[in-house]
Amino acid sequence: MLTFPIYLDNNATTPLDPRVLDAMMPYLTNKFGNAASRNHAFGWHAEEAVDYAREQIASLINCSPKEIIFTSGATESDNLAIKGVFEMYASKGNHIITATTEHKAVLDPCKHIEKMGGKVTYLKVDDKGLINLEELEAAITDKTILISIMYANNEIGVIQPIKEISAIAKKHGVLFFTDATQAVGKIPVDVEADGIDLMAFSGHKMYGPKGVGALYVRRKNPRVKVTAQMDGGGHERGMRSGTLNVPGIVGLGKAAEIAKQDMEKDTARISVMRDRLEKELLTIEESYVNGSTEHRLPHVSNISFKYVEGEGLMMGVKDIAVSSGSACTSASLEPSYVLKALGLSDDLAHSSLRFGFSRFTTDEEVDYAINHVKEAVAKLREMSPLWEMFKEGIDLNSIEWAEH
Amino acid sequence: MAYSDKVIDHYNNPRNVGTLDKAKNNVGTGLVGAPECGDVMRLQIEVDENQIITDAKFKTFGCGSAIASSSLATEWLKGKSVDEALAIDNMDIVEELALPPVKIHCSVLAEDAIKSAINDYRVKNGLPALELPKSHH
Repeated sequence: MLTFPIYLDNNATTPLDPRVLDAMMPYLTNKFGNAASRNHAFGWHAEEAVDYAREQIASLINCSPKEIIFTSGATESDNLAIKGVFEMYASKGNHIITATTEHKAVLDPCKHIEKMGGKVTYLKVDDKGLINLEELEAAITDKTILISIMYANNEIGVIQPIKEISAIAKKHGVLFFTDATQAVGKIPVDVEADGIDLMAFSGHKMYGPKGVGALYVRRKNPRVKVTAQMDGGGHERGMRSGTLNVPGIVGLGKAAEIAKQDMEKDTARISVMRDRLEKELLTIEESYVNGSTEHRLPHVSNISFKYVEGEGLMMGVKDIAVSSGSACTSASLEPSYVLKALGLSDDLAHSSLRFGFSRFTTDEEVDYAINHVKEAVAKLREMSPLWEMFKEGIDLNSIEWAEH
Repeated sequence: MAYSDKVIDHYNNPRNVGTLDKAKNNVGTGLVGAPECGDVMRLQIEVDENQIITDAKFKTFGCGSAIASSSLATEWLKGKSVDEALAIDNMDIVEELALPPVKIHCSVLAEDAIKSAINDYRVKNGLPALELPKSHH
């Protein structure tokens, strides 16, 4: 049986897995101790639970439990990595390299770095959303201390060439940080094989709770340190003070364990559903997939439907919860900067929908979504003056549109 | 953002979607907005010999509020004289549809579309185009 609206916005957040909630429940109730309380059983239980979660997470990304710094989420992890490296390695240099399609949680700290006197290079991406490795290497100077490139993009799911990037970083003695919020728990991420020095991720993108995340900080080859961005108590090896969110951490740990155990099975099922929806929706005339389909996460599809407007389309597909690259959905007036970075014109960026699938998405839901979107696009095109002009063979670029 | 019931009604049951023959002398066409901005409205009026608007049609590329604003405009235009149509103010649309502040531009666009259609009709019939206040969005 279908219940509405159908949730297909799993790149924004995922539902909490019931198995995760079960694991968390004791720590939200009777096991409420502070993990820093060393002198009684309440504290010991909490600390044990946190240590166990550290092991579960370390096992998922192939690191040592000691290399996990718990935070409030990926945004904090991004801030801690970028600002923390900038401060810690100030004597080595002040230059950071990132990309234009990064999440705001990376771009905004980079802007902050620039205000603090640092220098930031923003690499462009190609029409598939991928950075150019030669441009990356050419951007490195003797002042470069950090390369910050996301593992996979949140809007289009495009996976960057992580191993190649880390090889370049290593060759030049530069640290490599990756915001892997969309990738961890969804595709195999191995900090050793991938050559990652710092990595941010969060609980709620992998069926865990909101308000908890982690920063992986490498301890060997090289030993990496970041300057704390919050003082008080010296928790998490002095890199992140603040009482640990024990239930959240337990949830993140359990989510990591389930991800490791179910990833292959989940991916096999989810990617088939994603591909089916995409294939069906691309039968709609003048519809296009945004970003690489070759190097892409298995659970996301970003499609533009030309000549219909994104927010109008969202209203037409009210039975499904998706997001749009349209300006109207955000506070800013600009359409998605990620889609624009791929070279999409504003109108195509406006007309995009992002579909995100989860381990809880069903075939029945996908069937419904396909028909629902097809009907909405057809209805809106019937109402669209641009569609009529296109059908009459009028070149829309030949029209002098009023500036407004 | 939550839409008002009236916006939802116009979106679900848009009035007067369609196309009038723009080659006809008594048809005025207004095409306003731009694809890059996420909204384009085309509003058309058909005027009889008594300067009464007998028919109005629209097509809109835009959000629900833009579609509702133009749908409502066509509803209001039918039966009005050209002079009465000129008096339609965007704030009337805002009020009727309960548009939130971020959607006021949709009503402005609808007002622009009405005036632009009237001007097209005027020019076709040998009348001078009216000076319109510069679009304020």
